[in-house]
Amino acid sequence: MQDFPILTIIVLLPLLSGVVLFFLPGDRKQLIYRWALATGLIEFLLSIVVYIGYDIDGDRYQFIDKFDWLPDLGISYYVAVDGISAPLILLTGIVIFTGVIISQRIDDRPREFFAFLFILATGVFGVFASLDMFALFFFYEIAVFPMYLLISIWGWKETREYAAMKLTLYLFIGSVIALVGGLALYFEAGLGTFDMLQLESFKFSPEFQKLWFPFVFIGFAVLGGIWPFHNWSPDGHVAAPTAVSMFHAGVLMKLGAFAALRVGIMLLPEGAQFHLPWIILLTLVNVVYGAYIAMVQKDFKYVIGFSSVSHMGLVFMGFATLTEDGFIGAGVQMVSHGVMTALFFAVVGLIYDQAHTRQIDELGGMAKKMPFVAGAFIIGGLVSMGMPGFSGFIAEFPIFMGVWQSHPWIAIAAVISIVITAAYVIRIVGSVFFGEMPEKFEGHVHDISRSEKLALGVLCLVLVGIGIFPSVIVPMVESGVQHVMTLLGGV
Amino acid sequence: MFTPEMILAILPEISLLVLVGVILVVDLSISKERKGILAWLTVGGLALTFVLTFLLSRPGDETELWGGMIRHDWLAYIFNLVFLFGAGITALFAIGWEQVGKRGEFYILLLTSTLGMSLMSAAGDLIMLFLAIETASIPLYVLAGFMTKDEKSPEAGFKYLLFGAMTTAVMLYGFTLLYGFSGGETNIYELAANIQAGELPVLVSLGTLLLVLVGFGFKVSMVPFHFWAPDVYEGAPTPVAGFLSTASKAAGFAVMIRFLLVIFPAANIPQWVIVIGVISVLSMALGNTLALAQKNIKRLLAYSSIAHAGYVLMGVAAAAHTSLGVTSVVYYLIVYLVTSLAAFGVVAIVWHTTGSDDVSAYDGLSRRSPMLAVAMLVAFLSLAGVPPFGGFIAKVLVIASAVDADLIWLAVLGVLNAIIGLYYYLIVLKHVYLFRSDEDETPIKVARPHAVALTICIISIIILGVVLAPWFEWTSFAADAIF
Amino acid sequence: MLLTLILFIPALTAILLLFLPRNNKQTIRWVAFGASLVPLAISIVVWFGFEDAAVVDKFRYVEQYTWYEAINSSYHVGVDGLSLTMVLLTTLLTPLSILASFKIDKNVNIYMALFLFLEMGMLGVFLSLDLLLFFVFWEIGLVPMFFLINQWGSEKGERELWNGRKMPARSYASFKFMIYTMAGSLGLLLAIQLIGVVSGTFDLVAIFDSWPALTGDLTLGNTIIPFATVKTVAFWAFAIAFAIKVPVWPFHTWLPDAHTEAPTAGSMILAGVLLKLGAYGFLRLVLPLYPDEAKAAAGILAFLATMAIIFGAFAAYGQRDFKRLVAYSSVNHMGFVVLGIAAAAYSLGSEDATIALNGAVLQMFNHGLSAAGMFFLVGVIYERTHTRDLDEIGGGLFPVIPIYGGILIFTSMASLGLPGLNGFVSEFLVVRGAWPIFTLFTALSMMGLLFTGAYILKGISSTLHGPRKAEGNYKITDIGRREVFVIAPLMALMLWLGVWPAWLLDVINNAMLSLFG
Repeated sequence: MQDFPILTIIVLLPLLSGVVLFFLPGDRKQLIYRWALATGLIEFLLSIVVYIGYDIDGDRYQFIDKFDWLPDLGISYYVAVDGISAPLILLTGIVIFTGVIISQRIDDRPREFFAFLFILATGVFGVFASLDMFALFFFYEIAVFPMYLLISIWGWKETREYAAMKLTLYLFIGSVIALVGGLALYFEAGLGTFDMLQLESFKFSPEFQKLWFPFVFIGFAVLGGIWPFHNWSPDGHVAAPTAVSMFHAGVLMKLGAFAALRVGIMLLPEGAQFHLPWIILLTLVNVVYGAYIAMVQKDFKYVIGFSSVSHMGLVFMGFATLTEDGFIGAGVQMVSHGVMTALFFAVVGLIYDQAHTRQIDELGGMAKKMPFVAGAFIIGGLVSMGMPGFSGFIAEFPIFMGVWQSHPWIAIAAVISIVITAAYVIRIVGSVFFGEMPEKFEGHVHDISRSEKLALGVLCLVLVGIGIFPSVIVPMVESGVQHVMTLLGGV
Repeated sequence: MFTPEMILAILPEISLLVLVGVILVVDLSISKERKGILAWLTVGGLALTFVLTFLLSRPGDETELWGGMIRHDWLAYIFNLVFLFGAGITALFAIGWEQVGKRGEFYILLLTSTLGMSLMSAAGDLIMLFLAIETASIPLYVLAGFMTKDEKSPEAGFKYLLFGAMTTAVMLYGFTLLYGFSGGETNIYELAANIQAGELPVLVSLGTLLLVLVGFGFKVSMVPFHFWAPDVYEGAPTPVAGFLSTASKAAGFAVMIRFLLVIFPAANIPQWVIVIGVISVLSMALGNTLALAQKNIKRLLAYSSIAHAGYVLMGVAAAAHTSLGVTSVVYYLIVYLVTSLAAFGVVAIVWHTTGSDDVSAYDGLSRRSPMLAVAMLVAFLSLAGVPPFGGFIAKVLVIASAVDADLIWLAVLGVLNAIIGLYYYLIVLKHVYLFRSDEDETPIKVARPHAVALTICIISIIILGVVLAPWFEWTSFAADAIF
Repeated sequence: MLLTLILFIPALTAILLLFLPRNNKQTIRWVAFGASLVPLAISIVVWFGFEDAAVVDKFRYVEQYTWYEAINSSYHVGVDGLSLTMVLLTTLLTPLSILASFKIDKNVNIYMALFLFLEMGMLGVFLSLDLLLFFVFWEIGLVPMFFLINQWGSEKGERELWNGRKMPARSYASFKFMIYTMAGSLGLLLAIQLIGVVSGTFDLVAIFDSWPALTGDLTLGNTIIPFATVKTVAFWAFAIAFAIKVPVWPFHTWLPDAHTEAPTAGSMILAGVLLKLGAYGFLRLVLPLYPDEAKAAAGILAFLATMAIIFGAFAAYGQRDFKRLVAYSSVNHMGFVVLGIAAAAYSLGSEDATIALNGAVLQMFNHGLSAAGMFFLVGVIYERTHTRDLDEIGGGLFPVIPIYGGILIFTSMASLGLPGLNGFVSEFLVVRGAWPIFTLFTALSMMGLLFTGAYILKGISSTLHGPRKAEGNYKITDIGRREVFVIAPLMALMLWLGVWPAWLLDVINNAMLSLFG
C-alpha cells in the first residue's frame, strides 16, 4: 500500500483531469459531465481508501510521498496525512463528488467550470497533504485563484463581480501576509529546509514567535473567516454557484483553519500561547455575532453564509483554547461543518434552481414538492444547532469543554449562539419548507433527480454517522491532536 | 593570447552578426511578395543561435576575456539566452504583421539590438558597456517608431529617443566620474578595487551611483524614469513593446546588478540598499495604482511592467546582503520574459482580429477563442503571481530574498502591492471570461506562428512554475558569477 | 442487551418506516404499532426479572460500551426502580398513542417514525447512566416533538406576534416549545460540560461519588472560583432546565400552547412522559449531585410548586378550551411531584422525605396515565365535534354517547384524586411526606386541590351534563372499538394502582431507599 503513491494521485488527478477537460469539445456537455463525475467519484473512492487505510496506532504520518523539488532551498514535494488531515482529505473527496453531481445543471461553459473546479480541488488536497511549507503555500494559492473565475462567471448575477473580487483580494492579502511570515520562519530557523517536521523541532526564540505568530495565524485565518476579516465570506458564498459555495464554505474555509494550525500553532507554539488568549475574543464575536446576523437575514443563502462564519468561529475557538479537548473538537468540527455547509448550500442551490428566488418570505411549502431536500435541510439544521445525535454536537461539545478549561466566561457567552442558531434554523424550516406554497411555484418546482438525492444522501449519512458513532472519526483526530499537544506542552 | 574560449564567449554575438548580414543580403535579393521568408529566417537563425549558445558557450574557468572587455560568466550566459529567446518570440509574433513583419529592416534592427543587449550583459569594461548600451538602444528607438503611417508610433519612437538620449547622457557623466575617481581605470572590476581603496566620501559615491542609476533606471523603467513607458508601449508595434518590456528591461537589470554589487558593495555604501528599496516601493505602488485606471491594455501592461520593475528591484536591494537576491532577480526576469511576451502576444493576436487595444475588446474572448483565453489566463495569473505558474515562484523568491536580507518592510509592502496587481489582472480576466460582446459568434483567428510562439511561452511559464531545481541552480550560478 | 433492545428497536423501526411505500398507510400504522409493542414486552420481561438481575453500582441490567472515548463518555445504560417505572410508563404509553393516532392521514410514515424516535429519546433519558448520553437523549426528544406539533398539530388558529404579523398557532406553539426547552437546556449543557471538565468523566456512577464531595477552589485557565459557587451555579442551571420541562410555575407558559396545538397522541406523550423527564432529572441528577444546594433551595422550590398547584388549578378553571383546561391540569398535578421533591430535598434521608419521594414518583406514573387518558378523551371528542371550545361543545352529551361519558368521568376522577383510584394514593403520599417539612406550603397546596375538583367538574359538566346547548352539523358517535383499546389499559392501571399500589410502590420505595436512604 505504501508504495502506491495514492496521495500524490489524489492531489494531482484533479489537475490532470481539469487540463484534459480543456481539450474536450466544449459542446459535448454530457461527455464533459460524465468525465467530471468520473473524476469526482475516483477522488471520493481514493479518499475513502486513505481514510480507512490510515492506521491510528501507526506512524504519525502515513502515505508519505516525498521527492526533491528545489533542493537548493530545501523545498521538496512532501505529502502525507496525519490524524487531523486524513479526515479533511475525506471531506474534500466527499464534497468534490457531491459538488459535481449538484453542478449537473450548469449549462454555460461546463467544460471551463469543471476544469476550474478541479484545479481548485488540487489546491485543496495539496494543502491538506503538504508537509513542506513551500508546497503548502503553493497549493494554497492554487486553491484561491480559480475561485475568482468560478464566482464571477457562474455566480449570481446581482453581486458576483463585486463578491468575487472582494473574496479574492481578501484571501490574497491573508495568504501573502502569511507567506511573509512563513519565509521569516524559514530564514530564522536557518535550517535550509521548508520541511515542517524539521521546522517544528527547531526552537524559535520566544520574541520571534510572539512577533510573527499573529501574521501567520491571522493571515491564514482570513480564509477561515475569522472576525473581523470574515466579510468576504457571506458575500462570496452567496454569489458563488452552488457547487462552488459547497466547495468554498465546505472545504476552503477549512484550509485557512488547517493552515493556521499547521503553520501557525504547530511551528510557533509559544507565539500561540501568547496570542491566542486574546484571539479567542475574536472567535467569540464570530460565533455569537455571526449567528445573530444570520438570524436577521432575508436571503436564504445569506443565512447559510453567516451561519458558516459562526461555525467556523468555533473551530478557531477550539484552537484558541490550547487544550486537547478544544483541538479535538476543532478537528471534528472542521469535517462536520464542511459536510453540513456543503449540504446547506446544495439545498439552497437546488431550491433556487427551481424557484428562482431565495427570499425567505417568498418561498414556502417546498417540503411538499421536494420532501427529500426538506429532510436533508432539517438534518443539516439539526447539526448546525448542535443537536445531539448529529456530528455538530460531537464536535462542539469538546470545543466547549476546552473553552471551559481555559476561558470559562467565554464558554458561557458563546453558548448563546446555540439558541440563536436554533431560532434561525427553525425559521427557515418553517417558512421555506412548510407553510403555504406560493402559487407561482405550482408547476415550476419539481422533485430533484435521483443522482441529486444520492449526493444529499451521502452528505446526510456522514453527519448522522459521526453523530451516532463518534469513534469513526474522533480517535483519528485525537491521534493527530496529541502531537499538537506535545508541541504546545514541550515549550 | 588567443584561445578558443574567446570565440565561444562571443559566439552569440558573432552568430547574430552573421544573421544580420544574411538578412541584409536576402532582403535585397528577393521580391516584395516573398519577404515573409525573412521572418522565418530570423526565427530559424535565432533558434540556431540559441541552441549553439546553449550547448557550446557555457562558461568555463576563465571569465575575463578579450583583455577584460568581455566577461564570460554565467550571468552573461543566462542573459544571452534570455535575449535570444525574447528576440525569437518577438520575431514570431511579427510574422504576418503587415507594416512590420514584411520589412527586412525590422529584423535587422531587432537582431542588432539583441546583439547590443548580449554585449551589455557581458561587458566588463565601461567603454564596452557604453557602446553596448547604445547598440541596444538606438535600434529600439527606431523600432518603437517603426509604423510610420500610424499616428502614435512615430511619436512613441521620438519620445523614447528623447528620454533615452537624456538619461544616457546623465549616465555617461556618471561613468566619467567613475573613471576619474578610480584613477583612469575602465575595467569594471579593477575600477571597483581602486575606488574602494580610495575611500571616497559616501556622499560622492552615492552621487555617482545615482547618476549611473539614471541610465539603468530608464532601461528598466523604474520610477522616476518611467514616464516614457506607457506612451511608448502604446504607440510601438505590439511585438516591439513586448520586446521592450522584457529583453530590454532584463538587459538593464543585468548591468545594474553587476554595477551595484561590484562597484558599490553594500559594505561600503549601505545607503543604496535603502535608495533601491524606496525606488522599488515607489515603482510598485505607482505602476500598480496607475494601471488600475487604464482602459488600454498596452498601457495597462506598461504600468504593470513598471510595477514589475519594482518587484525585481526588491531582489536587487536584497542582493546587497544575500546571494538569493541576485538569484531571485535573474529568476524573476526569466519568468517575466516568457510571461510578458505571452501577454503581449495575446494582445497582438487580438488586435489582428479586432483592431483594438481597448480592454473592452476582450469581452467574450473565452467564447470567441477558448484556447486564447486560457493563454491569456495563464499569462495574467502568472503576472499576478499565482501558482502553479512561474510568476508565483519568482515573486516568492524576491520576497524571500527581501526577508532574508531583513528587509521585512520591503517584503510586506511588496506583497501588498501584489494584491493591487491582482486586482487589475483579474479585471482584465473578467472581460475575457465574464463579459459578452456582440461578436461572440465570430471566432478569433490565431495564425500558426503566433500559436507556436504562444504555446512555447505558456509551456515555459508552467515549467518555470512547476519544475524548479534546474533553473534555480543556473540562476544561482549567475549570482555567484558576479564576483 | 435487553435495555439496548428496548432503546433502539423503536429507532430501527422508524428508519424502516421511512423506506416503506408511502401509500400503504395501513401497513405503516400496524408496523409502527407492532414495533412499539416489542419494547413494552421487553420492559415487562425486565420488570419481572428485575429482582433477580445482577446489581452493579445500584443499577441492574447494566451495559457499557465505548462511545465517545476522547472525552471519556461511554454508552452506559442501566435501570433502577425509579427509571424502570418510567421506562414502563413510556413503553406503555407509546403503543397506546400510536393506536390513538390511526386517524392521522398525512405523511403517515414520517409521523410514525417521528413518534418512534421520540420514544427512543425518552427511553434514552431514563436509561442513561452517562451524563453526556443523558443530554444526548434529552435533546433528541425535542426534535420529533417539534415536528409533531408543527406538522400534525391542530390546523386552526393563529397567533398574533409583534407588529401585527400573524403565524399559525401550531407553528407558534412548536417554536415556543423548542426555544424554551433549548434555552433551558443551555444551562444544563454548560453545567454538564463543566462537570465533565472537572471530573474528567461523564460516567454518572463515578460522578455521583466525586462531584458532591468536591471542596476548595476550581481553577479554569486564569480563573479561580470556589467550588461552592460553581456548584450553586451549576445547580441552578440543572434546576432551571428541569423546571422548564416539568414545568414549574413560572416556567410553564410553553406548556399550554404546546399541549393545545399538538395532535392528540402528541399531547398524550407530552403530558404522559415528556413532563416526567424534568421530574426525573431532579430525582436522578439534582438531588444526588447537589444535595446541599438542593436543600438550600428547597424552600423556593416548594413555593414554586405550591404556586403551580394553585395557579394551575385556577388557570385550568378559567379555560374555555377543553384541551387547555387539561393542559393546565398538568401544571397543577406536576406541582405535587415537585412539592414532594422539594420536601425530600430539604430533609434528605428522613422518613418523611422517603414518603414524599415515593409519592412523587408514583404521582409521576399516575399523572402519566391520567393525563394521557384525559388528552386522549379530549381528542376523541374533538374528532367528532371539531371544536375544543367547551361552549361550542355545548354539554349534554352523556345521553348521546354514554360509554364515552362513563370513561371520561372515570378518568377525570382518577385525575381528581378520588380515593380508590390511583391519583389519590400518590397525592396523599406526597402530602403526607411534605406536611411535616413544609407545613404551610402543603396546606396551601391542599387548598389548591379543592380547585382541582372544581375544574374537573367544570370540564365534565360542560361536556356531558345539562341540556344540550349546541347543535353542530356533525354526527356524534360513541367511542369506537380502537379507541376503547387505547383507554382500557390506562383505566385498568388506574384502578389497580388505586386499589393495590404496593406492587409498584415497593419497587419505587426500594429505589428511593437505595438512592437517598
